[in-house]
Amino acid sequence: MSYDLAVVGAGPAGLTAARVAAKRGLRVALIDAYARTGGQFLRGAAQPRLTGVDVKLGQRVWAVERSSGGFEIHASTTTTAAILLVATGAHDKVIPFPGWDLPGVLTAGGAQALVKGERIRPGAEMVVAGTGPFLLPVAVTLLEAGVRVKEVLEANRPAPRMAAALARIPSKAAEALGYARRLAEARVPYRTGHAVVAAHGEDSVEGVTVARLTPGWRPYAWRTVDCDTVAVGYGFTPQVDLPLQLGCALTGDHVVTDDRQRTSVEGVLAAGEVTGVAGAPSAVVEGALAVHSLVGEPPPRLLAEKARLRRFARALDLSYPVRDGWRDWLTPDTVVCRCEEVTLRAIDEARDLGAHDPRTLKLLARPGMGWCQGRMCGHAVARLTGHEPAPQKRPFAQPITLADLTLHDREDNA
Amino acid sequence: MVGAGIVGASCAYALTRAGVRVTVVDRGGVASGTTGAGEGNILVSDKEPGPELELALRSNDLWRNLDEECGGFEWDPKGGLVVAETPEVLDALTTFAETQRRHVPAADADAGAPPGAAGVVASLVPAADLREFEPHLAEGLAGGIHYPQDAQVQPMLAAARLLRASGARLVRTAVERFLVSGDHVTGVRTGQGDLYADAVVNAAGTWAGSFPQAPLPIRPRKGFILVTQPFAVPPVRHKVYTAAYVTNVASDAEGLETSGVIESTQAGTVLIGASRQRVGYDTAIDYTVLAKLAKQAVGLFPVLRTAQVMRAYAGLRPYSPDHLPVIGPDHRLGGLFHACGHEGAGIGLAPATAEMVTAQVTGGRPPVDPAPFAPGRFA
Repeated sequence: MSYDLAVVGAGPAGLTAARVAAKRGLRVALIDAYARTGGQFLRGAAQPRLTGVDVKLGQRVWAVERSSGGFEIHASTTTTAAILLVATGAHDKVIPFPGWDLPGVLTAGGAQALVKGERIRPGAEMVVAGTGPFLLPVAVTLLEAGVRVKEVLEANRPAPRMAAALARIPSKAAEALGYARRLAEARVPYRTGHAVVAAHGEDSVEGVTVARLTPGWRPYAWRTVDCDTVAVGYGFTPQVDLPLQLGCALTGDHVVTDDRQRTSVEGVLAAGEVTGVAGAPSAVVEGALAVHSLVGEPPPRLLAEKARLRRFARALDLSYPVRDGWRDWLTPDTVVCRCEEVTLRAIDEARDLGAHDPRTLKLLARPGMGWCQGRMCGHAVARLTGHEPAPQKRPFAQPITLADLTLHDREDNA
Repeated sequence: MVGAGIVGASCAYALTRAGVRVTVVDRGGVASGTTGAGEGNILVSDKEPGPELELALRSNDLWRNLDEECGGFEWDPKGGLVVAETPEVLDALTTFAETQRRHVPAADADAGAPPGAAGVVASLVPAADLREFEPHLAEGLAGGIHYPQDAQVQPMLAAARLLRASGARLVRTAVERFLVSGDHVTGVRTGQGDLYADAVVNAAGTWAGSFPQAPLPIRPRKGFILVTQPFAVPPVRHKVYTAAYVTNVASDAEGLETSGVIESTQAGTVLIGASRQRVGYDTAIDYTVLAKLAKQAVGLFPVLRTAQVMRAYAGLRPYSPDHLPVIGPDHRLGGLFHACGHEGAGIGLAPATAEMVTAQVTGGRPPVDPAPFAPGRFA
């Protein structure tokens, strides 16, 4: 059967959109790679009632294609729909440092997922480092799971702009204060202008080097901290593979939408982090707006709420950038691409051979050619050649077996 | 030198060795076009007897030398295995290999060499022996032909290493047109100003035909490649392909043609081709074509059924009407030389092309007869 609306991604944006659309009488399919709904943020915490929605879980979408009646969404089965809503969220952004390939180094999102999703305590003694307000809830989640969080290190020194933005959104300010109080009660120091610049250990992490950073993130004043696990997060990268396959316009790292979540491609909507990282409340509003763009006029209240949350997101984005000083943390032996084990030395050799851009660097030295297809190292590789990180077009948004691929010959299926 | 692909890089290398000062101009940098979207094949097996086979045989020798002189580009003399599904196809392959073997390189024929000297080496592999060559090949194949001279390089590294070893200067900018004085080319106009030279070599790949002062009938032909996950020990040892590949390479068809071509790389991945389509400069992904390639791959190597595909890419190969490369002095303008139109064989044919162009630029005599490749043949 063909749906009126297919929603890819069952996080806050996708869940809201599917529920609102079903209420409005649309035939809706909600597709997600995981076994439970909720996405990265909710982590399947509460399984919402989704009356009238066909929920298709465990379906990793590897490609979307235009078809005569709209779109074909290819996962282990193919779903067809007149309208496609992409709500694929974002993944952790990481930057390389010596020792980051040791067992015991996790992404901040990964550490949180272990606790929230799997009820696993990632380590006994941990350091949380990176940039952005997300480090705070991660640290609190770890504390509540019984981890001894030794330090939380924020690489930036958030500016007055951040305080002003917080003051305009009381709920956010209260949330931030709550985290700060929780950390203070547990006597966990929160240090700005600091970072984990190296991890050490024989077979897994035994300690980290912490440094003070200049405003440009060059390290000085080093010391070591013993711990068995590190969680690092330098913000998030929107997962734009599917919109890119369809040719949707992007700006920077995210999909461009109008105020009703319409992308540049007719029939393709996008909501949540994929349109620019702004957090779960914003995703919920955008999920609802996306449906309103299909049936009736969006309520002004929602449009105003979206604008307010987006302004806040912009302030966050400006307050927590990734500065290039991390390049001074690396040594020639530091692995930059973990999948293909490409070191900084190999990257410098390729640059010496004439690789002046990320694509040529990839062709000559293989960073980004492995399992993750550059999702982990893309930012670092781009910055090492002096380029702005730009999303790459990936014909396969997820790996797929050759056996499954053989089933997609239209001439056979005709 | 217009173009920093494998042909431009090889020409730069050969010319600087001959004492010529070379500047290479490319809008995308080294290996940014067809070279960066290829498998790195150095084949004699798929060449019909004739001028291209001669160029391929000469190139095969030159690649071995380049590996010793320069190296660093994953030279792998793995050999090729052409397989036949039916006894009839095996008969046709055997006959084809026999004509290749009887082909005598012109230079050796002059010297009265016996047939087979410095020519193609090929041997019949009966069905029962196929698994000795490729343990994971499908059952039921009729047999194959083994070509030990077939080899592979990592083409992007090869272009970059040769360019670096040449010492030639690389300027990253687009060539807008040739600078012409009377009936002589005196340089190129680029995005960064004019460059003057005693000779200009056109190695601009799929765009080589589109310079208005000296057009050539060179068009792009699109081909897809699928790339699997890396294997600790890849299940494919040789370059393995079906007989259909040989006919498709020489085909003039407009529509889609696919044939199974499977090989592994030193990075542990398996590359799966080959498709050919004439769709202009469009490199959009077509999952129907990818599905056909997947089908042919699991048909030849059932063990690949469970292999994960990580990526796919389309490349454009520059072809000429008679499927021979275009090498030599332009027939209209002095000081202009062409080195283009190699279609899917550019990596393999680059060193002998460079040798030929170098002889023509410096007034020497190339070992392979350049007449069949002359640009004036389409006039």
